[in-house]
Amino acid sequence: MDLNLVLAGEAGQGLKTLEALVGKALFRAGFNIFSNKDYMSRVRGGHNFMSIRFGDRPLQAPRQEIDILVALNDESIEKHQHKVSEDGFILYDGKFDDDRFIDIYASEMAKRINPKAKNSVYAGAVWKLLDLPIAILNDLIGEKFADDDIVYDNHQLLEVGYNAIDDEKYIDYNKSFLDGKDNQEIYINGNQAVGLGAAAAGVKFYSAYPMTPSTGILNFLAQNQKDFGIAVEQAEDEIGAINMALGASYSGVRAMTGSSGGGFSLMVEALGYAGVGEIPLVVAEVQRPGPATGLPTRTGQADLLFAINASQDEFPLIVLAPTDQEDAFYQSFRAFNLADKYQLPVIILSDQFLADSSKNIPEYKLDNLEIKRNFVDSDKVSPKSYRRYHFTEDGISPRAYPGQLADNVVLVDSHEHDENGFVTEDIELRNKMMIKRFKKLDKFIAEDRLEPEYIGPEEPDNLIVCWGSTAGPLKEALEIIQKRDENIGLLIFKDIWPLPVEKLKSLSNLAGKIISIESNFSGQLAKLIQQETTIKVDYKILKYDGRPFAAKELAERYFNEVINHG
Amino acid sequence: MAKTDIYEADRDTTWCPGCGNFPLRKALAEALAGLELKPENVAVITGIGQAAKLPHYFRTNGYNGLHGRALPPAVAAKLSNTELTVIAATGDGDGYGEGGNHLIHTIRRNPDIAHFVHNNQIYGLTKGQASPTTYPGIETEVQPEGVTSEPFNPISFAVGMGASFIARSFVGDRDHLVKMMQAAIRHKGYALLDILQPCVSFNKVNTYQWYSERVYQLEDDYDNTDINAAFKKSREWGDQIPIGIIYQQEKPVFRESFPHLSDSIDVDGPDKAKVKNLIDNFS
Repeated sequence: MDLNLVLAGEAGQGLKTLEALVGKALFRAGFNIFSNKDYMSRVRGGHNFMSIRFGDRPLQAPRQEIDILVALNDESIEKHQHKVSEDGFILYDGKFDDDRFIDIYASEMAKRINPKAKNSVYAGAVWKLLDLPIAILNDLIGEKFADDDIVYDNHQLLEVGYNAIDDEKYIDYNKSFLDGKDNQEIYINGNQAVGLGAAAAGVKFYSAYPMTPSTGILNFLAQNQKDFGIAVEQAEDEIGAINMALGASYSGVRAMTGSSGGGFSLMVEALGYAGVGEIPLVVAEVQRPGPATGLPTRTGQADLLFAINASQDEFPLIVLAPTDQEDAFYQSFRAFNLADKYQLPVIILSDQFLADSSKNIPEYKLDNLEIKRNFVDSDKVSPKSYRRYHFTEDGISPRAYPGQLADNVVLVDSHEHDENGFVTEDIELRNKMMIKRFKKLDKFIAEDRLEPEYIGPEEPDNLIVCWGSTAGPLKEALEIIQKRDENIGLLIFKDIWPLPVEKLKSLSNLAGKIISIESNFSGQLAKLIQQETTIKVDYKILKYDGRPFAAKELAERYFNEVINHG
Repeated sequence: MAKTDIYEADRDTTWCPGCGNFPLRKALAEALAGLELKPENVAVITGIGQAAKLPHYFRTNGYNGLHGRALPPAVAAKLSNTELTVIAATGDGDGYGEGGNHLIHTIRRNPDIAHFVHNNQIYGLTKGQASPTTYPGIETEVQPEGVTSEPFNPISFAVGMGASFIARSFVGDRDHLVKMMQAAIRHKGYALLDILQPCVSFNKVNTYQWYSERVYQLEDDYDNTDINAAFKKSREWGDQIPIGIIYQQEKPVFRESFPHLSDSIDVDGPDKAKVKNLIDNFS
């Protein structure tokens, strides 16, 4: 089974709350879930919708066809009616001449009990269509609201909605799998996953300026700052945000900042300082389409080349591109260890699609996660001997924070500097320092860089390459593609800079073609691969309209643009 | 009193002979020695400019960051490493020009840091362009017809913002400067100390002599807790330039909004049980 529930309306109608309730309830009921938001950059009005796709198999992407549409206004009907399947339903507050319509007089029903809780009527109605136990919804309402009266009103309205559907109307599906479902799972979105990874890694300072779609990380950490001892500060601008994070990191704590492409643009000078100053820093860059203000609430993967090249001159930098809500947690945790180990900036390159989509995933396992701060052993440094940029074999200097070492001071500098951190223009020192900093990347490549995930036969005919969140829709599309193109391989880059090339090289002697699938205009991964390996990508399937890929769409484009033109 | 040589960096400077930064550095060493602060417990955080080179020529912890960006890292360092005495040192271009936005919001936050502005009313490092505090009419290579914009008045600005400590001093009066630096460091909250100093290479108007003839110490009966008096005093400039603590008040310090922060540097990370609890919110 594979069903799609769409909640549509305008900003301000409580869609987000309804989605959170129904999505979580379906998750608790035992379905696999993939939900995502399609919203406009406005606080009131406009057209927004949330898709909650649910089924018996793991889901990775949105679907376009709709089985149940909850239409909170007329525009929602206009926009989505044609996508509702013939045996699907449209829940609407009023009458409509269409067999699929169910008139839910939600306003009238809610007026008598609590108009603010109106959306619970729809939740109850959806529940009846799916023939699921109402207790799941009731429990969630109880967890969400502290006020007993509000809980009571919502419970009543859930029941009203439930009873509004007569027994002849239902969605037919086999429920047997719901009993056998493993419950060691969580339901979480990408921004929350990144925030949770940071909290687990012991982030102690997060400063940011609000910018869609990165604000979810700021919200998440702000909500949990008390429990985790985190200083969360809304900065005056993105320049302030990153420079604060640098000051916090210098002073000894794990620090992070986050933004989207526009704000990240403002941070670039300071990113270079993290590089030359060797100050550990984690930056979440949650992409949205640009340039400049672009499509603020939409998705894209068009900042790849920008992120890896965001600098004047050159400095070592690591860029991680999490693929889904599970990977995002572990990558976020790992980013802090890498930043501390190699004393450099690490960018988590996410995007709106990953940030705002929720999915059920295996619960995060904490047993193997180990925090490594990599500070110098205080006992081993004698007075007046400490040098922040001491030359070592692997380029990593012993790091201390101010006040850690008796009668030693810590000097960091944005200029070229000597081992003490003193500004210098000495030719030999400059050369040695450049080499020292880049040696750290050699060590990262040898010890910590992850090769891309590969799915497919040992010797594929055709090979698809992708990176980051496109992996989800592609994994689903692969099942469709494999029906016509059996011997296909899929290579998913997660560590994206420095680009890991071994697996790609070993696969690249193939009979068929290499196809890059990306959410940008020019095929930035394809360019990067050619730059780093000389391997030329044969086809590019690109999308830059700000909307995520759907699996079926991807498979169709693969057949049309690659197979039929092959 | 501790000796001042513990703060000597044993480095040649690139400041011009006669630069106002020399007496300022000397005063800073005396101020810290008087407060018995060890070099490892002080961090001097700077941006870019002649003033911002201070951490290279002075032995404490140092952070020589980016132009205009001394205040954000200073705020964060003090918040995260509470035992540090944090001093942000900027020039007038660095602190009042490029970093103007951070100045506004640092005053609003009121972190427990001292901010020393080496105000020589000119750009030194980039060789003599007008700064936000340069007088109208002064001619430079970039402003050949003379500066036309009105000068920024940091004291009026800070009084207007209700900053918790606002003072002015002059490098030509070292005893006064030491006293002001110590008062700024001791003050609980953001302390702005605007320090008048000549630029011997590029500012031919505001010389040692020019300042010496004009500065005067605030009268004994001046009430520096009276914001209206402070505002009036902040407008005095020209023939008579007041130096001293122009305004001070007790206000909640930034760190007090973060009672959940640890007082020591965390190297272990959170309890796994705590992380597990947070994860459970998503089940």
